Amino acid sequence: MSRNIFEKYDSKSLKKIFWAVGGLCFILGLYGWYDRFAYGHIHAHYGSVVTWGLWIAAYIYFIGLSAGSFLVSSLIYVFNIKAFEKIGRLALFTAIVTLVLALLSVWADLGHEFRAWHVIVYANFTSPMAWMIYLYSFYVLIILLEFWLVNRKDFIVGAQTQDWKGKIYRILALKSKDISDQSVERDHRWVKILASIGVPVAIMFHGGVGALFGVVAARPHWHSGLFPILFLLSALVSGGALLAMVSIIFQDGYNKNKDTVILLGKMVLGMLILDVIFQVSEFLVAFRGGIPGHIAGLQMVISGKYWPVFWIWQVFLGTVVPIVILSSKLKNSAFYVGLACLFIFVGIFGLRLNIVIPGLAVEEIKGLATAVTSQRANVLYFPSLTEWMLTIGVSGLGMLMFGLGEILLPKEKHQE
Amino acid sequence: MEKVENEEIDRRKLLERLGIMGASGLAVYLAGTLQPNAVFAASKPSEIKKTVADVTFHYGMVIDTKRCVGCRSCVLACKAENKTPPGVYYTVVVDQVLDNRPDDKPTFMTKPCFHCEHPSCVNACPVSATFKRKEDGIVVVDYDRCIGCRYCITACPYGARWFDFGENYPAVAEKTNYAEVPSPEYNKFIKREPEKSPIGNVRKCTFCMHLQDENGKYNKQTGHWPACAKTCTGHAIFFGDFNDEESDVYRLIRERQYIRLKEELGNAPNVYYLL
Repeated sequence: MSRNIFEKYDSKSLKKIFWAVGGLCFILGLYGWYDRFAYGHIHAHYGSVVTWGLWIAAYIYFIGLSAGSFLVSSLIYVFNIKAFEKIGRLALFTAIVTLVLALLSVWADLGHEFRAWHVIVYANFTSPMAWMIYLYSFYVLIILLEFWLVNRKDFIVGAQTQDWKGKIYRILALKSKDISDQSVERDHRWVKILASIGVPVAIMFHGGVGALFGVVAARPHWHSGLFPILFLLSALVSGGALLAMVSIIFQDGYNKNKDTVILLGKMVLGMLILDVIFQVSEFLVAFRGGIPGHIAGLQMVISGKYWPVFWIWQVFLGTVVPIVILSSKLKNSAFYVGLACLFIFVGIFGLRLNIVIPGLAVEEIKGLATAVTSQRANVLYFPSLTEWMLTIGVSGLGMLMFGLGEILLPKEKHQE
Repeated sequence: MEKVENEEIDRRKLLERLGIMGASGLAVYLAGTLQPNAVFAASKPSEIKKTVADVTFHYGMVIDTKRCVGCRSCVLACKAENKTPPGVYYTVVVDQVLDNRPDDKPTFMTKPCFHCEHPSCVNACPVSATFKRKEDGIVVVDYDRCIGCRYCITACPYGARWFDFGENYPAVAEKTNYAEVPSPEYNKFIKREPEKSPIGNVRKCTFCMHLQDENGKYNKQTGHWPACAKTCTGHAIFFGDFNDEESDVYRLIRERQYIRLKEELGNAPNVYYLL
């Protein structure tokens, strides 16, 4: 196994870097939020042709991370796979954090953000979006309850201490006091039930996000039966990759939790290859069919103005490099698995961009985007400063939430 | 052990009480929100149906591509009528040069909303803010309900929907007298203010339905007619009721060859192009 100078960076220094980057991103993000609320959507660069941009890409990215992490956690709580046991709570926590980030991203994108509750009250169930919101709400309940149950005993134990942490634990324990083995067993039973309900819900809502795009017959780039499946696969890939990274940073994954990280690397590799097969299939069928409308989006992806997003970001950094690392000897080093997962984690964002933007950047009627001279009727989209800053801020918030979770939440038992 | 049991009971009671409080609070809240306000009620299909009785119209357009010269008066007339801001166009004129013959005569096409028989936008809207009116088939947007998610823009195959980003033409931005003139859309005469609807909403052509009389009828003689059709210099845009055998639109699609765009999607547009 190869050693690397970077391996001298242990969890402690990684955590410091993590806090610094998270804090900085969060502060940069404040500008984005300020601009979004002070000026609405004026400074955003999406328009009425490319009507969804960076924020929606960020949304499907984060929601994929959430669904992926949750599905990995179900390996432990539903399918009882002991090898992943150490990352069970971490996976649930990751699913909660990334869900918050996803909802924030899509919330910022709404024209009337304070009417978000309309979706619950006036839900139109012919719209996949309404289904999605209901499934999210259900998912939030399941995931919060499940997370509380797996931590309940530790909250109660933590509540005994008198410092400020004890106070927070007393709140988190929600008056529960029973720490008998019997009650813990009951918790486990309930966790298993909740997780079992959660699996189909997670598959439905994330497959549903894929369907939200897939059902849009007006956009041939999205309109494919493979879309929901592709969403689920890339969710598992990116969720697994994120968990490996988080485990390295917060669970001393280079040393104590090495085995789990390496095993995650194997799982991620398998899923990534499956994901690639599906995508290749999508490309081959479309190009052999050769219907201009169908391939216009794909042509834009591979040879349009944003070709680097596909070839360099998504294919080279996000796919080729990690596959090479994870299938070489390096796969037995937690450091290199972490590195490969970082590449995947970043690469999948490129994939998300390549879903949202080329799907919209093809004129629906030839000449539509040039019929009027308006920046809002432009097929060329590049996110504005506000858009970048807000998304950076949302990511920073996620990092800070992980940091706080590290401080506040009970550690995995094995570490003691 | 007894103590634990007491705890259990107390907790159960507490939860019960919390549950009752929560449920009643939610009920009150929902009752409040579901109470339609006056403006909103007016735009509900059921309410309008009462006034129109059993009369139903099937409005649409027939556009003669041979008569269109690409002058774009329709675009301007629409802007003047509906007071749409920059970046919002209820109709556009697309011109297409034929492949490999850039010196050839370009083809023009004015393109309002097609008010499809099976509109994709209506099924996409998560909050039913956009719907097809039963009495005349016009696809409208309820600005007070629309959350601005823009899913309908992605779902429309014809690019007929536009998001209002809140930009203003100089005459409005500089608060000249023109800024005081509200848009007559939906007969609501909403004054344009930052962060208020229709800013942050998706907007679209309404066949100038604010020009209908109380029975839902248009009148070409008195100028109560969609602005684009009224203005068209080449008389290329014909508007009317497909149910009315006397109307131009009824006659034209029977006499002439027509196409509708993207028939394969099954939207069945109510705007026909004569060849």
